[in-house]
Amino acid sequence: MTSVPEVLLTGVSKRFSTDEVPVLQGVDLSIERGEFVSIIGPSGCGKSTLLKLVAGLSLPSDGEIAVNGILPKNARQLVSFVFQDATLLPWRTVERNVALSLELEGRTREETATTVQKLLELVGLSKVGKSYPRQLSGGMKMRVSIARALATRPRLLLMDEPFAALDEMTRDRMNEELLRLRQEQNWTVVFVTHSVAEAVFLSSRIIVLAPHPGRIAHDIVVDLPFPRTAEMRESEEFDVLVNRTSKLLREAHRV
Amino acid sequence: MKSKGIFAAASLAVFACALLLWRLAILAFGIAPFMLPTPMSVGRAILLHLPDLWSATVVSAEAAVGGLIASIVVGVLIALIFARLDWVRKLVFPYTVMLQTVPIVAVAPLIIVWFGPGMLSVGVISFIICLAPIIANTTQGLVSVDENLVQLFLMHNASQGQIVRRLRLPHALPHFFLGARIASGIAVIGAITGELFAGSGQVGHGGIGYSILYAQTQAQIDLLFAYVIAATALGFSMLFTVMFFEWLMLHKWHESA
Repeated sequence: MTSVPEVLLTGVSKRFSTDEVPVLQGVDLSIERGEFVSIIGPSGCGKSTLLKLVAGLSLPSDGEIAVNGILPKNARQLVSFVFQDATLLPWRTVERNVALSLELEGRTREETATTVQKLLELVGLSKVGKSYPRQLSGGMKMRVSIARALATRPRLLLMDEPFAALDEMTRDRMNEELLRLRQEQNWTVVFVTHSVAEAVFLSSRIIVLAPHPGRIAHDIVVDLPFPRTAEMRESEEFDVLVNRTSKLLREAHRV
Repeated sequence: MKSKGIFAAASLAVFACALLLWRLAILAFGIAPFMLPTPMSVGRAILLHLPDLWSATVVSAEAAVGGLIASIVVGVLIALIFARLDWVRKLVFPYTVMLQTVPIVAVAPLIIVWFGPGMLSVGVISFIICLAPIIANTTQGLVSVDENLVQLFLMHNASQGQIVRRLRLPHALPHFFLGARIASGIAVIGAITGELFAGSGQVGHGGIGYSILYAQTQAQIDLLFAYVIAATALGFSMLFTVMFFEWLMLHKWHESA
């Protein structure tokens, strides 16, 4: 049996009104199971739109999208979405925020409680389970958001600039933690960012989008070995990859 | 803690100064007692007529509280319909805003034609005046949910019912309470206005509005003042009760509390 790609886009276009330049045009993209794919590009190139399409939260104007071989809308059980803001429910404690996705999917109370405790431990938030979001720092909120996304044991994680609002040090640490978690659970990730360094550090592959209309300009393989460590950010290979990607990104912007 | 105590003392001092100014103004300008009674005589009137004041306040409170509770029940239901059915909201919402601009004194006689003189009409008038802020604020709260949160719920195959119960309603709570606070104040205005038109339906057993008219015809200005104070106390108690429930439900998670 040939393996089905985790995400497959064929000739995908998206326009919001008929007379304007499409946000995305003729996007072909195949993502295999276990890949960590970052999508970068200037603002307005349709990065977030692409992610929403894969999530089935919006429908393509043309072309086809399949997640694990089926329509995105039907594949939602396999997928979790992490937004740019932590999007926590302020009236729920940290524990109950993490439990939300499980509640919505109708899991039993016992199952939910044990899963939540395990996840809070995993993201290092066991101590603040009873706190409310307004008592947490930006980095902690994002961790809750990620724990919530992982609660349903997704195979595919869609992340829309999840660390954009954090300061650089927190962001670096979150990047390292994300990779550590991924090593344990091995999800496929589609990660939207506008930070080249972040994309290089996290990804096995980087897709550079060009704007007006949004389309794939470059498809770059990041051949740094996993597991990646904080020290790798200082390595020469890392610098070379960041510089090369930045150059391609600038070019994509010009066209 | 310390500065709180100082502020409490200072605002009491402001109150005392106001009473003093009031008294001095009467002396300085030689204002007749039937125009403006002294603070002392108002105080005396309050003590003297305490049972009357109390029973009038209870009668008005029944109408005001009844109107407020009815407006909360009906208003939240209407807001839920507005939030659920976009087209209904677009068609009807402007009229609920208009409801707010209709002067209640102009409508009161009509209500009495429909419901007859007496406390039922008074409650209905209070209900009508409370309805607009409840509907407007609750609707605002229900529909102003972060679109990303709705999408998050959809990602987990949440039903519309789940989105309403677990997302829209709790999100609307602070907005609802803002409306309920406004409504709690004007509920009393509605009740008193209503009584001015509808009376109480029972001779000698009226609410504050009815009693104010009575005191006026008797030229008992100090008693009239006492009823004004009773009306203010009623409005304040209702506002305070709403704020207590607001604190109870929001203080753990909401910034305002």
